[in-house]
Amino acid sequence: MLQKGDRSAEMCNKIWYSCAMYGNDFTAPDDRPTDRPTDRPMDRPDEPVENEPIEYEPVGFRAIIDADGRIEPRDAMPDAYRKNLIRQIAQHAHSEIIGMQPESNWISRAPSLRRKAILMAKVQDEAGHGLYLYAAAETLGADRGDLLDMLHSGKQKYSSIFNYPTPTWADMGTIGWLVDGAAIVNQVPLCRCSYGPYARAMVRVCKEESFHQRQGFEILHTLAHGTAAQKEMAQDSVNRWWWPSLMMFGPTDDNSPNSAQSMRWGIKRFSNDELRQRFVDMTVPQAEVLGLTLPDPDLRWNEERGSYDFGEIDFSELFAVIKGNGPCNKQRLAHRVSAHEDGAWAREAADAYAAKRAARTTEAVA
Amino acid sequence: MNRKGWPLWEVFVRAKRGLNHVHVGSLHAPDAEMALRNARDVYTRRQEGVSLWVVPASSITASSPDEKDSFFDPAGDKIYRHPTFYDVPEGVDHL
Repeated sequence: MLQKGDRSAEMCNKIWYSCAMYGNDFTAPDDRPTDRPTDRPMDRPDEPVENEPIEYEPVGFRAIIDADGRIEPRDAMPDAYRKNLIRQIAQHAHSEIIGMQPESNWISRAPSLRRKAILMAKVQDEAGHGLYLYAAAETLGADRGDLLDMLHSGKQKYSSIFNYPTPTWADMGTIGWLVDGAAIVNQVPLCRCSYGPYARAMVRVCKEESFHQRQGFEILHTLAHGTAAQKEMAQDSVNRWWWPSLMMFGPTDDNSPNSAQSMRWGIKRFSNDELRQRFVDMTVPQAEVLGLTLPDPDLRWNEERGSYDFGEIDFSELFAVIKGNGPCNKQRLAHRVSAHEDGAWAREAADAYAAKRAARTTEAVA
Repeated sequence: MNRKGWPLWEVFVRAKRGLNHVHVGSLHAPDAEMALRNARDVYTRRQEGVSLWVVPASSITASSPDEKDSFFDPAGDKIYRHPTFYDVPEGVDHL
């Protein structure tokens, strides 16, 4: 990461539309490009990997991956590996900073000073996570300014989960418990992903996310043990967020054409369905402690599998949200763009101040 | 607006007295002072450090990963640099 590779913007121009679910990487079916190196036809998901075009891998790269080693920024790596990582890390970063919006919405209305301080710390963490990740993407030769431009123009996306509204205070609890909880399940394996700077950023992110999840659980626990109206507010919130949280893990495995290549590259370690099941198995007992129900009549313990069975997920909703038809897509992006534009004066002032100080130093030396 | 002109800084944190500064990541800032302040906010929000260094990324000279073998191999065959290379007769203590 000390010296950058090729910084040409060309590298990022070919990035296809897709959606990063907080470190997961999938897209709506119609948005898939046809020229992807490893894209499998939707009707032949089990097509063996050998039949796909073999990407040229520089000497040493495969050996490092096979030995479960880490690729570092200045190592030779396949072009597609670099491009995929830039896209995935950038969209992960975008998710972090867009994710500040639904929560900052509630800072001024938090019910106590304690809750307000906690929520501000959490939103500040999300900004920090975005910065760790943009820095990781830059080690691959991307430019943060270009990545932000692609977010603002809609060329790159962010996690669809943030296109749902947060109408009640209970949503602050549910986002922490379910959304951050799902993000953690997705992100913990990324701490061991094959690209060093991404893995290291994820270690920091995961440490901080566990505070986010606990504070969310605490909010819901307090509401669920409060008045009948407070409990109802908590239940309503969980009802709205449960299915979108499950969709954060992406399409089912037989419909997830990205996954095989990501696994071969050591970026992805577990399949979407494996991670989703892990999340469900963790979360159901927690819901019982909260005294809240999860809105799925098919949810039940399966003794044989040692896991919970759950109902079928309606992915048509997810894909509609990815394509821009979610409840808050336009609002989130417009807010992001205006925050960037309204902040221009601060960046310009910092530039002017740095230039003035540099000039003074030069004068003093002369 | 000189967005792309903001240089990249590498950030090093000393976790506590007695330990080395360790590289933790990088950030953009218009000057060294802002880089230090940003580094405090980005990398030490939970008291992860007692001291910070920021270094312009452009000032760092790094060894090349392509030359990894020829660069580091010369140390490989000098096992006599390690104490385990030497046979110590039985009964000799504190050596």
